[in-house]
Formats: sequence, C-alpha cells, structure tokens
Amino acid sequence: MTELLVPIVVATLAAGTPLVFAALGELVTEKSGVLNLGVEGMMLVGAIAAFAATVASGNTWVGVIAGMLAGAAMSLVFAALALTLQANQVAAGLALSLFGLGLSAFAGKPLESIALQAPLVFRIPLLSDVPLLGPMLFSHQPLVYLSWLLVALVSWFLYRSRAGLVLRAVGESPVSANAIGYPVIAIRYLATLFGGAMAGIGGAFLSIVYTPMWVEGMTAGRGWIALALVVFATWRPGRVLAGAYLFGGVTIAQFFAQGAGVAVASQLLSSLPYLATIVVLVLISRHPNIIRLNAPVSLGKPYHPDA
Amino acid sequence: MWLRLEARAAPSRAMRYLPPLVAAALTIVAGFAVSLALGRDPLAAFYAFFVQPVSSLNGVAELLLKASPLMLIATGLAIGYRANVWNIGAEGQLILGAIFGGGLALHLPGVDSRWLLAAMVLAGALGGMLWAAIPALLRSRFNTNEILVSLMLVYVASLLLSYLVQEPWRDPQGFNFPQSKMFADAALYPILLDSTRLNAGFLVALAVVACGWLFVAKSFLGYQMRVAGLAGAAARYAGFSARRSVWIGMLAGGAAAGIAGVGEVAGPIGQLTPSISPGYGFAAIIVAFVGRLNPVGIFFASLLMSLLYLGGEAAQMELRLPSAITGLFQGMLLFFLLGSDVLIHYRVRLLRRAAA
Repeated sequence: MTELLVPIVVATLAAGTPLVFAALGELVTEKSGVLNLGVEGMMLVGAIAAFAATVASGNTWVGVIAGMLAGAAMSLVFAALALTLQANQVAAGLALSLFGLGLSAFAGKPLESIALQAPLVFRIPLLSDVPLLGPMLFSHQPLVYLSWLLVALVSWFLYRSRAGLVLRAVGESPVSANAIGYPVIAIRYLATLFGGAMAGIGGAFLSIVYTPMWVEGMTAGRGWIALALVVFATWRPGRVLAGAYLFGGVTIAQFFAQGAGVAVASQLLSSLPYLATIVVLVLISRHPNIIRLNAPVSLGKPYHPDA
Repeated sequence: MWLRLEARAAPSRAMRYLPPLVAAALTIVAGFAVSLALGRDPLAAFYAFFVQPVSSLNGVAELLLKASPLMLIATGLAIGYRANVWNIGAEGQLILGAIFGGGLALHLPGVDSRWLLAAMVLAGALGGMLWAAIPALLRSRFNTNEILVSLMLVYVASLLLSYLVQEPWRDPQGFNFPQSKMFADAALYPILLDSTRLNAGFLVALAVVACGWLFVAKSFLGYQMRVAGLAGAAARYAGFSARRSVWIGMLAGGAAAGIAGVGEVAGPIGQLTPSISPGYGFAAIIVAFVGRLNPVGIFFASLLMSLLYLGGEAAQMELRLPSAITGLFQGMLLFFLLGSDVLIHYRVRLLRRAAA
C-alpha cells in the first residue's frame, strides 16, 4: 500500500499546485473587493509566456518570471477597465478570459510541437530522507515549496500586518477607507496585479513543469475552478491549500482508476473535477450565512472616489 | 496632459449607442497594428480580413450562416443578462441541443417527414434548457453561483458528446473515426440559396431574434426582468419574483443555444462529431454585449462577429496567420466596448498640467 501512497500524494500535490497559485492570488484580489473572472485567461497567457521564455532561454526560472509578468500584464488590462474606466467587473473579467484564450492560442501556434524537459525535483536535505514523509512531502518541484511559502506569507499579510488590514478594509468598505485617507483605487490595482502575477505562475507551472509542453486551452477550466476554490475556502488562505489538493486528488484519480483497470468511460472520470466543483459550490453556498459572513462586503461592486 | 473623468448628471442616451461603433473602429485600428507588428501590409490584411470574405454571393451566404447561431444564442443570453443572470455556459447548452436533436435524427433514420426536423429543433431546445436548468435550480434553491456552475457544465457536455460519438453512437462504417452516421435528408435543414451552405436555420434564428425583441421590448415580463436587473430592491418591493428571473433568464439562453446546436448538426455538419462549434457559445456573450443586450443590436453585432470568423479563416489562407487570430480580435472587441462604455456615465476631459 505504501508504495502506491507515495506516488498518489506526490501526483496530488503536483496537480493541485497550479490551483494553489491561482486561487491564492484571486483570494487577495477579492479581499480588496475586486472580482476578476479572468483567471483562466491570465493562466493561459502566463502558461504560453512561460513556455516561450523557457524554450528561448533554456532556463525554467526565466520562464516562471515571464509567466508571472505576463499574468500581471493581463490583470493590468482588467484593472484599467474595471477600476479606472468603471466597467462592469463580471463583463470585464469574462472579456479577459476570452481574450486570454485567443491571445495564447494565437501566440502559441508556432510552439505547438515542442516538448520541454521537466525540471528536476528538489529534495530538501535531511528531511527528504525521513521514511515515507520524506518522499511524500520533501521531494517536490521547487515551485511546490514556493506555493507553501506564499500561503503562509499571504496568511500573515492579511491577518497579521497593517497593510493587510488596510487591504481588507478597502474590500469591506471602500467609502470608509477612502474617508480615512487610503488610496482605494491604488490598493485595488496592487491586489489585482498580485492576483494576475499568481495566476501567471500557476499557468507557468502547468506549461513548464506539470505537462512540459504547450497545448491550446491547456488550463482546461483550472482558472474557473480556482475561482470556485476561493468561495469554497471562504476566503481563507489555509483552506485554499486544502481545497486545491482535494481537487488535485480528484484530477489524478482518473489516472489511477484507469491504471487499476476500473471499467468506467474515461470521459466520466475526466468530468469528475468539474462535477466536484459544482458539488462543492452547492455545499458551501447553501448556507447563506457562511458566504455572507466571509465574503468581502464590496466584492464586485464598482467604486469611484468622485461618485 | 491628464485625462480626467467627470461624472455626468444623467447617463447620456446618445453615448449608449456610440460605444459599439467606437469598439469596432478601435478593433480595426488594433488589427492594423497587429499586422504591422507581424510584418504584413496592413491594407492588404484589412482587405483580406474584412472585405474579400464577403465580396461574393457565397461569402455573404457564409456570413449569414455563421451569424445565425451567434444571433440566436446572444438573444437568449441577453434576456438573462438584462436581469443580472449570468449564463456563460451557452457552449455546453449548444452541445446538449446538438445531442438531443442529433440523437433524434439517429434514432429515427427511416422517418421521411418535414416534422422530423421540427421535432429535432424542439428536442434541441429541450436539451439546452435541461442543461441550463441545472445552474438555474442550484442558484434559486442553494444560492450557488450560476457563472461557475454553467461554465463547469461546458466541459461536462463536451466530454459527454465525446463519449457518445466514440461509443454508442459511433458510425460502424466510419473507419473508426469518432463520429456518428450522416443524417438522412429529412433531418437536415433545406438549403436557401443554391450552391451555398445557407440553410433554413437562418430563418429560425431570425424568428427567435424577433420573438426576443417582442419579449424584451413589448412584454410586461420582460420589463419586470429588466427592473430586477437594474434595481433589485425596487423589483422586490414591486413584488417581481427574483427566482422567476433566474429561471426565465437561464432557460431562455439554454433553449436558444440548444436550437443553435441543432442548427449546426442539421446544417453545415450533417452528423455528430466531437467538436461541433468553434466557440459560438462564448462568442455569443460578446455579441450580446456589443449588441447592447437588445435583439436589434444583436443582429448587427452577430454579423460583425461572423465576419471576424470568416476573416480569421481568410487570414489563415491568404496571410498564413493562425486562424486563432479570431479569438484575439473577439476579446479586443469586448475590451474596447467595455472601455468606451465609460462615456455613458462620465465625460472625459483633457486637463493640462498647468490647469490641474
């Protein structure tokens, strides 16, 4: 049993990692009161930018940074529309997702037949030698550790730092925050940019680590699942991590089920992550108070200091 | 110099209709910029993209053929969007429509009656409504976000279609390709213009757009849903049911998308294949917005969007650019539209730094 346990845990964490990045970024964005539905588009553009940069430079980290910058650039377009030009946030986010799908497909055409070498896992010295736990938790891609670090940092930032308090205040009541003298729009810009950069890293993980190649639309709805995860996690960073690995587990279940010879149509197994997203959303939102108590009050509502 | 936004005292009526034109113009300007950046002659690219595809009768027929699903779906979606019901899963509802309508055609191969096609359209509408009823039910019963649920169901629908054409409905004489048998003639829309692919599905689309216009512009229910979207509290106070808005909004989009799905498989495709739509369900979202959620506007917006599809195909052949450029321009069009919508509520002032 244990020889199967290790690969299952390792594969689950890897499958969940793009979701950790994307959902954690969107969580910070939403905490500032901004609903950016463009995660899927930002992930895709991050994925193709990271892939192209890795192919050109031969260096994974150059790719990760390119993905991060591309995701941030995409979120800047959203911020300009929704925060400066006061566009409807739902429509602007949808536009970003559709645009990202088109842009990445267009830019990725010449790169479709290239395959990259997946980067090596990094074994944390000493810890990775612990039996069972070592190979399960301490022999991963460097980005997996980075995602853990970021979960801890975002948790600390939101609930233990003054800047995080200001960010949450902006998300709860932009009018009050503005009255006290905080630059609401600038803070929302920063939170949106952070969300974009994180979605970009999530996309980069997909295209240069998880399946090291470019396929049109390769995020396959992960950006939308990340949005659902933020709700599922009731806007708490630690729960994002747990939720992402839950989905990672559902995603890889199909491979292990097929490997074990379970006689079910592969399409049914492939649809499990999407069905699980719906089930999880229903479970969390059927108690209106859970959402009402945890969601940022001004989420998705436009705000202009002059109006 | 600085740009400054000044709130208008009242939303400008004239400016409500200007943004779609501004957005279309800006998309063309962006197209010039893209072709320059890719080292192509911008005027030649403009001609290849926007003029040449519709410079023949066949081209115009193709324009109307591709505009049909777009105007159909966008009209249905707009009914929901007006009431703030965000169905973005029309692509999945289109697939379910194709499965229901197409399934009927495959299971009644001997029927040689015009009623078969009518039954297929009806079945397609039911299939799309069934798929849209899931997010509607979850939203009205459990307050579940309809945006995410309707989108997740797109992937499920696509996998369901893939399963059907690979397993139970696969054509045994199809050389193992994942596709169904070709439909019999009675299960296909009749061609409207000889030697083109334009079929009677276009007339169905026009009829649905007309019904949509009657609903939003002339009916009391359409008015109630509009109020619910603009001022939810006022609508509740007046006793308009929010749940009814959700149901009608979702089902209208689902029915229209389902009919559009039948239009594809009983029209240009003529069988069930794993991929029956180049993203019409998503492009229709843009069409709905560019058409100002108004069926008349949607009709014209669908022609523009259809032209972007044809232009993308032409760009692939004439300019050797990937046809994915269509998606790029579709996204830009919506960006420019949303950006220029600021003119409705704000006046843009140029301020010199000295004056500021």
